[in-house]
Amino acid sequence: MATTVPEPPKIEERRDPSRPTGNSGNGGSRNLVPADGKLPAVKDYSPPPASTGIWVVLASITMSFAAFTSALIVRQGSSLDWRHLPLPRVLYLNTLVLFASSFALEVARRRVGSFMSGRKSQGASPSRWLYISLFLGLLFVAGQYVAWGQLRSQGLFLATNPSSSFFYVLTAIHALHVLGGLGGLVRVIHRLNKSILRKSTLDATAYYWHFMDALWVYLLLLLWMKL
Amino acid sequence: MHDMAKHDAVAHHAPTSFISKHVFSLDHKVIGKQYYGLALLAAFVGMGLSWLMRIHLAWTNFAIPGLHLLTKNGAPGDVMTPEFYLQLMTMHATIMVFFVLTTAPFAAFGNYFLPIQVGAEDMPFPHFNMMSFWVTFVGFLVLVSSFFVGQGPTLGGWTQYAPLSALGEVGGPGEGTGVVLWALSIAIFCVGQLLGSLNFITTTLDMRTRGMSLWRLPLSAWAWFITSVMGLTAFAVLMPACILLILDHVAGTSFFVSSNIVINDQLQPHSGGSTLLWQHLFWFFGHPEVYIAIVPGMGIVSHVLITNMRKPMLSHRVLVYSMGALAVLSYMVYGHHMFVSGMNPVSSLAFSFPTLVITIPSTVLVLIWLGSLYGAKLRINAASLFGLGFISMFISGGVSGFFLAQPSTDIMLHATYFVVGHFHLVMGVAAMFGIFSGTYFWFPKMYGRMMNETLGKVHFWLSFVGAYAIFMPFHYLGLAGNVRRYQAFTPDYMQRLIPLHQFITVAALVTGAAQLIFLYNLFYSRFRGEPASDNPWQATSLEWSTPTTPPPHNNFGDKLPEVFHDPYQYGVEGTAGDYVMQTSPEKITTGHDEA
Repeated sequence: MATTVPEPPKIEERRDPSRPTGNSGNGGSRNLVPADGKLPAVKDYSPPPASTGIWVVLASITMSFAAFTSALIVRQGSSLDWRHLPLPRVLYLNTLVLFASSFALEVARRRVGSFMSGRKSQGASPSRWLYISLFLGLLFVAGQYVAWGQLRSQGLFLATNPSSSFFYVLTAIHALHVLGGLGGLVRVIHRLNKSILRKSTLDATAYYWHFMDALWVYLLLLLWMKL
Repeated sequence: MHDMAKHDAVAHHAPTSFISKHVFSLDHKVIGKQYYGLALLAAFVGMGLSWLMRIHLAWTNFAIPGLHLLTKNGAPGDVMTPEFYLQLMTMHATIMVFFVLTTAPFAAFGNYFLPIQVGAEDMPFPHFNMMSFWVTFVGFLVLVSSFFVGQGPTLGGWTQYAPLSALGEVGGPGEGTGVVLWALSIAIFCVGQLLGSLNFITTTLDMRTRGMSLWRLPLSAWAWFITSVMGLTAFAVLMPACILLILDHVAGTSFFVSSNIVINDQLQPHSGGSTLLWQHLFWFFGHPEVYIAIVPGMGIVSHVLITNMRKPMLSHRVLVYSMGALAVLSYMVYGHHMFVSGMNPVSSLAFSFPTLVITIPSTVLVLIWLGSLYGAKLRINAASLFGLGFISMFISGGVSGFFLAQPSTDIMLHATYFVVGHFHLVMGVAAMFGIFSGTYFWFPKMYGRMMNETLGKVHFWLSFVGAYAIFMPFHYLGLAGNVRRYQAFTPDYMQRLIPLHQFITVAALVTGAAQLIFLYNLFYSRFRGEPASDNPWQATSLEWSTPTTPPPHNNFGDKLPEVFHDPYQYGVEGTAGDYVMQTSPEKITTGHDEA
């Protein structure tokens, strides 16, 4: 109370490029053209919303699968009817496909980064790698469908046993998230072809895609282990 | 002021057609108003249902004209059956908790004012924002549709405890299709809230304008931000629970139904499920939900009271820290809803301790409000009165929480009217008063017209006295052993409580009718109210700096604002009077700048 503030706070100091994530945002990486038109000042100091948003999305997905995990653990311990489910072998192949898809996307991300920073790109265009990633992603979902078919042919349906219930639920919800990621990839390819792709959008899509890998490996372990 | 981006991440052109302007709008302000409209509709539907219940409780055999229109078999001769009473109760609670208390203070006001208060021209993901409203709206329609499908809505209460909720139609009318529609509606609602939370968090972190540090955010913006973090984690857990519940119904799984359940001499085709699993998943969401409903009200009321006190709170930062502490602790206390579920007494103790600890930040908040009000020359208007009412309700409802936080007393009071009185005051009425306070305060900015103050004050006093007349006797009823969710009081010891129930019913009818004054005021002022100036309350935050009222499509015209001060520079000598706006570059000689 009753302090004296001789000068208004100097806002420019708060936007020092050496403090890129300081408290003072500039409105979400919007290129705020300064009055005098000097370009060096046109810079992103606060992260673009997609960079923050993707972590929010991943946090939310993590919470959902944490809930599913705790449900699995509680259900497994609540009665003696749990029969361990032998995992279809095609799942391991699917895992490799998903990893390969992630690798292709990472290559594409780096090449787009080179394009955007003005460096010459070497080899194939980034969109080709994006198409490869998209194809492998679709192949993964198809592979999951094959795995469900194999289980069905063994007489293991959604309601057969709690272990099969959780298998179908977890793999289906993961596949839905993968399909969402494929939608993101299609959007990235579309924007790249129209030259309106933002680096932050591509980065966010890549993080999401890599997270799908990690989540899948986690689910595989969870379903494989006899807790 | 500085130039606005030419290639903005969120910029979208002003809509031109009716559909893009008023229906599928990307504008956060329109979406906020849509959320408000939905909450208003839901509030009156929910209140109407509570009237029906109250009439039945007081005069059990009374025929309510037209009641049969709401149900196929639930009202022969327009007299409510016990099952239909429970269906109405479930729908009342679900509609109120999800579609009013979550929707209005958080999604409606937050959508409208958060981007403006941080100095942005919109949320960063407008398409997600539009989706979040329409998804929520579909969720509401799915819920209400259960009145007209099969045996009507579910009767299992808003908590939908298993195994009853997972058994299907054999559990009672509405326990089949009704539960599926309920769970579907809530799962859809969760999607909407997650999309909303994504936008709220990124808006607060990334969209702040130049000079708007985190500590310069108004308390309402802080409250919406904290709530969005809670919503992100809580709704992400409720959605899986609803998916599993739906599967127990439609796919024959046994997540929540244990073995050997026999109903009407029929062995149920489920085995091995955990009935407590649902309670854990539900209450992990359910308790943070209480704070999702009330924290925005805390922020709104603080914002309103500061403006009317003409001085900031005793401590801006401690108030923010307290709201944050509530959010963190809200995840550690959910087990207090399950003291009588048969959980290990050690677990009860473990949940009891943080439940008592959570009263500390709550008490700090109350002390800051009261301490700041002490000696203040408060402007008395409808907004500030509802702010005071909020504090009053929060204290009254909070005090009864002490008794429920301890397992030893909770075992006696659990599932009685004491609990019903407690949560109606502390999260129901208090949150509603926060909504009313925000409405009277921000209406001039939203519609460019003032609301009628006299009607507003009449509305306040009738609501304030009425709410206490309804809910204080609930505590007495609970102490007298009146169990909740009974549709009639046939046991001897409850007979003598019926006159009190009749008093409560009359109070509920009068208090509910008083809300029609608010409704009239709202619509009358929308079209005929006195024109409002850009800053009718002489307030300091950015929503009062917009170039027009209501704000233009991009909120600030060609220039984004630049912020120079803390949000509440009142009681200082500024060129405009006893306040200096956040956007004003003028020097402050006596002020409260902390940031």
